Amino acid sequence: MDALRFIARRLVLMIPILFGISILTFVISNTIPGDPARLILGPKATPETLSALQEEMGLNDPLYIQYGNYMAGIFQGDLGQSTYSQRPVSEDLVRYFPATFELTMFAMVITLLIGIPFGIISASRKDKIADQITRVFALMGVAMPAFWLGLLFLLFFYLKIGMFPGSGRLDTGMSPPEYITGMYTVDALLTGNWPVFRSAVMHLVLPGITQAAITIGMITRMTRSSMLEVLGSDYIRTAHAKGGSENRVLYGHALRNGVMPVITLLGMAFGHALGGSILVESVFSWPGLGRYAVNAINYLDFPAVMGVTMLIAVMFILVNLIIDTLYFFIDPRLKHD
Amino acid sequence: MIRKVTSSPLTMVGLIIVLIILLTAAFAPLIATHDPTEPNILNKLQPPSAEHYFGTDEVGRDIFSRIVHGTRISLRIGLIVVLISFPIGTVLGAIAGYIGGRVDQTIMRITDIFLSFPGIILAMSIAAALGPSIENVVLALAATWWPWYTRIVRSSVLSIKNSEFIEASRALGANPFRILFKEVIPNSIAPATIQASLDLGFVILSAAGLSFIGLGAQPPSPEWGAMLSNSREILRDAWWAATFPGIAILITVLGFNLLGDGLNDVLDPKQR
Repeated sequence: MDALRFIARRLVLMIPILFGISILTFVISNTIPGDPARLILGPKATPETLSALQEEMGLNDPLYIQYGNYMAGIFQGDLGQSTYSQRPVSEDLVRYFPATFELTMFAMVITLLIGIPFGIISASRKDKIADQITRVFALMGVAMPAFWLGLLFLLFFYLKIGMFPGSGRLDTGMSPPEYITGMYTVDALLTGNWPVFRSAVMHLVLPGITQAAITIGMITRMTRSSMLEVLGSDYIRTAHAKGGSENRVLYGHALRNGVMPVITLLGMAFGHALGGSILVESVFSWPGLGRYAVNAINYLDFPAVMGVTMLIAVMFILVNLIIDTLYFFIDPRLKHD
Repeated sequence: MIRKVTSSPLTMVGLIIVLIILLTAAFAPLIATHDPTEPNILNKLQPPSAEHYFGTDEVGRDIFSRIVHGTRISLRIGLIVVLISFPIGTVLGAIAGYIGGRVDQTIMRITDIFLSFPGIILAMSIAAALGPSIENVVLALAATWWPWYTRIVRSSVLSIKNSEFIEASRALGANPFRILFKEVIPNSIAPATIQASLDLGFVILSAAGLSFIGLGAQPPSPEWGAMLSNSREILRDAWWAATFPGIAILITVLGFNLLGDGLNDVLDPKQR
């Protein structure tokens, strides 16, 4: 029951944040220089058609009414029309979301598989050569522009040795698997479509590692410092004093408490990875939200940009909610708070 | 404190990198071997050589000279963004922490909203709304960066708020604004200052990313992100065009990070 109350409280806390996000995006939408009606009609419009459209679009209404209309639209799933794709933005978001989600999840898995072990190794061999190397790599990962790493991957693994494909989600000519989740690897697995599964995984490798590079350094550093803190604590000293072997102390006593705080950081890492998708997707022509947003920017397609912004912000909040809930179950101390 | 900085090799590396970057920016015209924006079609797509250290791009511009001049652009973006967002964030954080109550609540809820967007996404949409240019990228980044300082300053204000020297000024009847600006802010600003030096690197990284997707510097500006964006069209023919601007970004961000980390260790020894 405690857990339910905890989740309910978090959900209630989300409401003002979501409200704030909507106000912020509305304010940004309203700072576009120029008149959206004029933008739609082009320079040749007559003053009559222009004022008619302005009236129709509610541009003459007071701001609070415009905001009300905007919110009413959002609640009905109406995020406006994309001038670039000529479709409702909400439809486009549904179409491109699974690709971004698949790529980001793949990157997060890589991040955890590399970041946490490296952090543990680094902490357990503090100031030794393994620690130094890991720290330099983690530092480079944090400082490196991921989109540049993506370009280097393209140069080497795609153009030079042709080991991995360099763009898209599947080989050309291959048709996507039957739509279940929209994530090609998952759908191909579910339908037992092996050639498509293989192709989808191969296409995920380069963009996935590129996107993971953004977060690996972060997770490694966090794991290291959290492990170091635990390793320096009294109960670990006691475990050593009782004659526990190095490995037993490390894996039996320190690991659980050392890695736990890293979970709280996963939400932030996920946000970084999502933000990075904007850049990574445009390097690898990955047909997801990021590339959609970048195309939209180049076509001055503002409703599309705002749609992506809002969807990603909401996703970021939801992921943090899920992680906090998970953490609540994992860390018994929170239950007594 | 100086001895502590010089005794850590990584901090020294950071310090040296930052000094080199500052010198490069200051003396860019002397260091550059060619005009950074002048096309020379006869020399296009030359690989690195003694004449063109980092090769040339698709219209024959010298990439080394462009990177050298780009230092000025990136450094300026980083500095201006921090100089705008730092004072705003600091004052708001100090007010929130010192006054507390409903003012604190309001300010912190607003920062929560800004921080509920993954970094670059909010900057992207603001820059997209304002239109592509370096100035707008600076505004967009400043608009998304201040809440971090607000949070840091607020928490350090909370930790000194009830110390005796503040009590003393209050008892002497100093007016609250005087206490805020003369006592509270100067004594709680250090952690945020370190964060700002770390942030210089991250701001430069973000600005390069925004330029990469076409929002920031416009061609023929020798901005590093824009150069990388441009290099995609000649990736097959000119690996050097995609390689060197990225190294420049990496080294710059690394330099500021190492220096910031080092300063952090000096002021907060238990972090190590």
